[in-house]
Amino acid sequence: MRSSVIVFPASNCDRDIAVALEQISGSKPDMVWHGETSVPSSDLIVIPGGFSFGDYLRSGAMAAQSPIMKDVISKAKAGTPVLGICNGFQVLVESGLLPGALMRNRDIKFICKDVFLNVERNDTIFTRKYAAGETVKYPVAHHDGNYFASPDVLAEIEDNGQVAFRYASEDGEVSEADNPNGSLNNIAGIYNKELSVLGLMPHPERLISAELGGSDGVLMFESLVEAFA
Amino acid sequence: MKARITVTLKNGVLDPQGKAIEHALSGLGFEGVDEVRQGKMIELSLADTDKTVAEARVKEMCEKLLANTVIENYAIEMVE
Repeated sequence: MRSSVIVFPASNCDRDIAVALEQISGSKPDMVWHGETSVPSSDLIVIPGGFSFGDYLRSGAMAAQSPIMKDVISKAKAGTPVLGICNGFQVLVESGLLPGALMRNRDIKFICKDVFLNVERNDTIFTRKYAAGETVKYPVAHHDGNYFASPDVLAEIEDNGQVAFRYASEDGEVSEADNPNGSLNNIAGIYNKELSVLGLMPHPERLISAELGGSDGVLMFESLVEAFA
Repeated sequence: MKARITVTLKNGVLDPQGKAIEHALSGLGFEGVDEVRQGKMIELSLADTDKTVAEARVKEMCEKLLANTVIENYAIEMVE
């Protein structure tokens, strides 16, 4: 699997994702600086976590206007899969590749902890190695992860099966008690309509071996590797 | 020509920072304060001389970058 990781000023999970991609796919991703105008031909483009441009104006707003994003958007629209993690998710909604917005957390606090998530569907290139209805543990580390969409957009996302992950309890129960940030419908990650673009707030790349506290993130990258084998 | 843009969260969109400010005001003894909303103000100078043209450009800036219209409203005030 050939992948590219877009690097913005103040991205800080670019190395984590590079390690995860290399460990699981066996090949190093191309690291692409935001000032470039074209992404090398890739099976997967990743927009990593961090605080691109210091979260100025709104998280992800400045990065969404970076020169490289024109090519990311055009390649995404032509079908190249894109994965946006944390700040990457914020960049994807700001660039219009995914619907909705990510607002300040409900309790205004930065949240850094492990959360449980229901994998809503296991028939996509990102989740095909997960079991149907599986609940996984990924860490979150964000200040602006409160997913919002207007009622009609939210209904459309739900009807289309675009919800990728929902915050849940360890045994998979979805309730407000396990919603860390106030996200509507406990949404932690969504797909575009074509299921080729995924944005999520939690970090699968941070739990890829027992030494890191868990390996629930591995299956996402194994899914992608299998999809592009 | 100068423009002053006020960006606020839309009605119906929860504003946790506004809520926190409201609680803090109440804690300070300011009674009867409700519906506190926090926003941001952006000022910029334009080379334009035609006010209508300038305002149209600022509106485009708001739509493309300065506001996220999924969650925010904006108001433009042109200042001579």
